[in-house]
Amino acid sequence: MGEDSLQGYRGRLKVALRAIGAGIGDQIKVESGGAVYEGSLMPRLESDDEHHVVLKLRNGYNLGINFDASTQIERVGEAEKPDFRPPPLPTMNERLPRVSIVSTGGTIASRVDYTTGGVHAAISSKDLLSIVPELSDFAAVDADILYSVFSEDIDSRHWTGMARMVEEKVDDGVKGVVITHGTDTLGYSAAALSFALRDLPIPVILVGSQRSSDRPSSDAATNLVGVVTAAATAPFAEVVLGMHETTSDTSIVFHRGTKVRKCHTSARYAFQSVNTDPLARVVEGRVEMLEDDYRRRNEGPLEVMDGFEEKTALLKFHPGFQPKVVDWFVDDGYKGLILEGTGLGHVSTGLYAVIERAVEEGLYVGMTSQCIWGRIDMDVYTTGRELQQLGVEPLGDILPETAYVKLMWALANSEDLEAAKALMRENIAGEYSDRTLYTGRFG
Amino acid sequence: MDYGKLGLKVGLEIHQELATQHKLFCQCPPELFKEELEYTFLRRLRPSQSELGEIDPAALFEFMKGRTMLYEANRATSCLVEMDEEPPGPLNPEALDVCLTFALLTDSKPVDEVHVMRKIVVDGSNTTGFQRTCVVSVGGSVESEGKAYGIQHIGLEEDAARKVRDEGEVSRYRIDRLGIPLMEVATDPVIYSPEEAERVALAIGRLLRATGKVRRGLGSIRQDVNVSITDGALIEIKGVQELGLVSKVVEYEVQRQVALLGLTEELAGRGVGEGDLNGDLVDVSSLFKGTKSRIIKNALKNGGVVLAVRLPGFARIVGSELCPGRRLGSEMADHARFHGGVKGIFHTDELPAYDISEGEVQALKERMGAEASDAVVIVADDEDKSRKALEAVVARAKQALHGIPRETRSANPDGTTHFTRPRPGAARMYPETDVVSIPVTSERLEALKAALPEMPEEKLERIKADYDLNEKLARQIVNSIHAEFFEELAKEGLGDTTLLAVTLTETLKSLERDGVPVGSLDEPVMTGVFALVNEGRTAKESVPELLTWLSSNPGRSADEALDSLGLGMMAVEVLRELVEARVSEKSEMVEQMGMKAFGPLMGLIMGEVRGKAQAGDVQNLLRKALQERP
Ligand SMILES: [Zn+2]
Repeated sequence: MGEDSLQGYRGRLKVALRAIGAGIGDQIKVESGGAVYEGSLMPRLESDDEHHVVLKLRNGYNLGINFDASTQIERVGEAEKPDFRPPPLPTMNERLPRVSIVSTGGTIASRVDYTTGGVHAAISSKDLLSIVPELSDFAAVDADILYSVFSEDIDSRHWTGMARMVEEKVDDGVKGVVITHGTDTLGYSAAALSFALRDLPIPVILVGSQRSSDRPSSDAATNLVGVVTAAATAPFAEVVLGMHETTSDTSIVFHRGTKVRKCHTSARYAFQSVNTDPLARVVEGRVEMLEDDYRRRNEGPLEVMDGFEEKTALLKFHPGFQPKVVDWFVDDGYKGLILEGTGLGHVSTGLYAVIERAVEEGLYVGMTSQCIWGRIDMDVYTTGRELQQLGVEPLGDILPETAYVKLMWALANSEDLEAAKALMRENIAGEYSDRTLYTGRFG
Repeated sequence: MDYGKLGLKVGLEIHQELATQHKLFCQCPPELFKEELEYTFLRRLRPSQSELGEIDPAALFEFMKGRTMLYEANRATSCLVEMDEEPPGPLNPEALDVCLTFALLTDSKPVDEVHVMRKIVVDGSNTTGFQRTCVVSVGGSVESEGKAYGIQHIGLEEDAARKVRDEGEVSRYRIDRLGIPLMEVATDPVIYSPEEAERVALAIGRLLRATGKVRRGLGSIRQDVNVSITDGALIEIKGVQELGLVSKVVEYEVQRQVALLGLTEELAGRGVGEGDLNGDLVDVSSLFKGTKSRIIKNALKNGGVVLAVRLPGFARIVGSELCPGRRLGSEMADHARFHGGVKGIFHTDELPAYDISEGEVQALKERMGAEASDAVVIVADDEDKSRKALEAVVARAKQALHGIPRETRSANPDGTTHFTRPRPGAARMYPETDVVSIPVTSERLEALKAALPEMPEEKLERIKADYDLNEKLARQIVNSIHAEFFEELAKEGLGDTTLLAVTLTETLKSLERDGVPVGSLDEPVMTGVFALVNEGRTAKESVPELLTWLSSNPGRSADEALDSLGLGMMAVEVLRELVEARVSEKSEMVEQMGMKAFGPLMGLIMGEVRGKAQAGDVQNLLRKALQERP
């Protein structure tokens, strides 16, 4: 009996369960406090206490029973094998556009094991098709697992890996690539791929879900169907992020990878295009372009610039910000800093000295705004002008997160600081918009 | 009917909304809204295959594919939790305490640790696609007339969104009700007659109200009734909205099962077998080119068809009555609606009718090769829908050969029921991992034990004493769903306690018997009526009339009712003038009879002013007028 067979149980209770040879799912009889319960043994969460046994009753309910010295536990039967008969797979039509689905973690498609409540992620294209069969109506999909990491554990090495995977798929001739990804850092990865994939010939679409796929209301399948539709048929060849446009399941909207931000902790429509409109949407299975000015599908060839400088940081200025924080980065050999300043792009005059030192030590220092919406203007107030004189580079209406990712990319792909500065000023992947459009509400 | 001989067994599941401060998993108030809705959103549900239970996955998937839900909401009664846009908060401890209190009152054993589960519900009534539910205690019993009825368990769950209506493939729901705490009390199937079922339901209702934390008003308590007879099937009937309907629902369900068993026997006698029901569907649109039937005309105009199927040996079976107003044909129509999404069916047992002519029926029978012993069923709709509908009709006909299909039914307002869906296998449940489990400590239970509410018998004695009511009236009020409302009114001094008690029990009951929709009367409106009497602005005799008007004019106030009915009190001067006028008109009688004219005159005048003047005032004025006459 392996460790996992008593998942979540600890201490004396675990010893007692092991002594009777009980494993998760086995039929157990528990006598406690004058009552007798029978049901199958359920796992516990790591955070739960160690003196309750969890049983699933015949009617499907779980309940916890106190375990103490007087509790009697008896194993009365073996675990029932979960009865899952997958439905017949749809046949793949190889004449349909080929779309590659690359998974980096999260569970965009899964099924629930009702014995334990465990969620099984779809790990092969076969699994995926059995769960989202309608994909086969408009694309010949293949699926790869690139990573199985939480979104918050993704870093620049994963971006490099994703870029190379896309290159492989493009070489293989697919019509579009879909990358499934946890939502927390999805925006950063979208920006990173936007810079790394130069002269992209096909759409590369990142997608996640805000409601896990173990529930019937999950947005995972709807999002997946929408983005695979676009990957197969959309006319654009850009890196975009596709998710719910609103709280309704009506439309999937595509945001440019450099202009998108997670603006809500939990809602389906958490991702918003900032300082610009989205590029396209899918409604009722059809792609609608919302912009005329976009990169069309083309022959390429794709060039991958997948280096990212790790010694880079994004610093949010706030009242009481200590100058020595900046010094720490300089002393530690950092190559560049993006400041998230206040308003039009300001930090306290108390930081002038450390910023001056950073610039003198050869660090790139760029300014963005923590307002998120709008663009910075460092010519309006004295502070802005003085910061520019110190060598701080104004970054227009680039999102702070995008500026950070771009700086990593620019530093890794430039001969010297001047070349990196030039790259930072250039509009590489739509990260700058030249006009600020009216938005009634933000998000 | 001899229910004992039939082997009737009934189990009850009572669902009671709780009047806690907040909903079960968020801080929204547990209230419904009547105002204009503020926003809507549209969703689809996709159960993953393993969530389908024993329902044919392909069929359900097909069913779900085109279905969408449109949810209505406002900000006062719902937040992102109800929209399934934010994880649920912790289980409301106040709601858990109410359930634990009920468990203590019924000797049910609380679990040591409460685990919230997700029960898959894919009809759209839950935005998540599941209902959050937990078992709070197991075992125990409730007493009625000296007999103890076993309790299976006491549960706590979130109420579902309320259905507004279906619009084609879109189901509209309002999410205000979603998340209101709902206590579930499930009894063992140890009830053996319709009356007993109603008595037990009433006893549970009384105990629930004893907790003092239950929501009041229409729909705040709902019953599911499980009915079986020996040779029949276990049928689950959902959504009985009134306790007073329970016995009727059981009675009609037994009638239905007995009648269906009779049909099975009759079909066997006629030698009808499954092989006879080959299900060949025939397009008979051409027979109805010149039809007067609006339904068929519209279907054809919209590019639809009329499809027909012959059911050999089913003549006078399809049209045979099972229980009041329900025939095998009605059951078939339910299945046609469920599987085909059509509005209904026509069958030859009921034709000619509905503007389908004798000639059309003859032509139909001829085209279908139907003999006198056969029935023909037709559907007029979109071709695909019609085909699915008739396939469902044939499937239902086949079931009739074998007895009673296991299914889930819903109660109609008259106590009959209709098919809602095939009975699912064991409920698909899995842990709600967003809500932590809650230990039920002995400290918590001790604290609740120390503050147990008054039991119904104690309450009866207290009410008799406190409000000076006779035994009968006090018992009626304690048993009534308005018991707490009565006490509130009495404490606020809103009038004579006997008037309050009689109105809230006998008057409402007799109005209901007369067909007045008293369910639409809410407490603020009734309070308004009592205030009018109390302030002397109308007579107590006007109360039934005011309530009748308000029942049919929901949303209007007692003042408006008073104006509209002209039941306001007459000013004393006006009344005096009227009394004096009648006395002088009848001067001859007054001359002859003297003070003995008082009786007839009183009758005459009261006939004119009933509801607008108190009898005592008229008496005084009349006596004075007679005494002071010139
Ligand atoms: Zn809420």
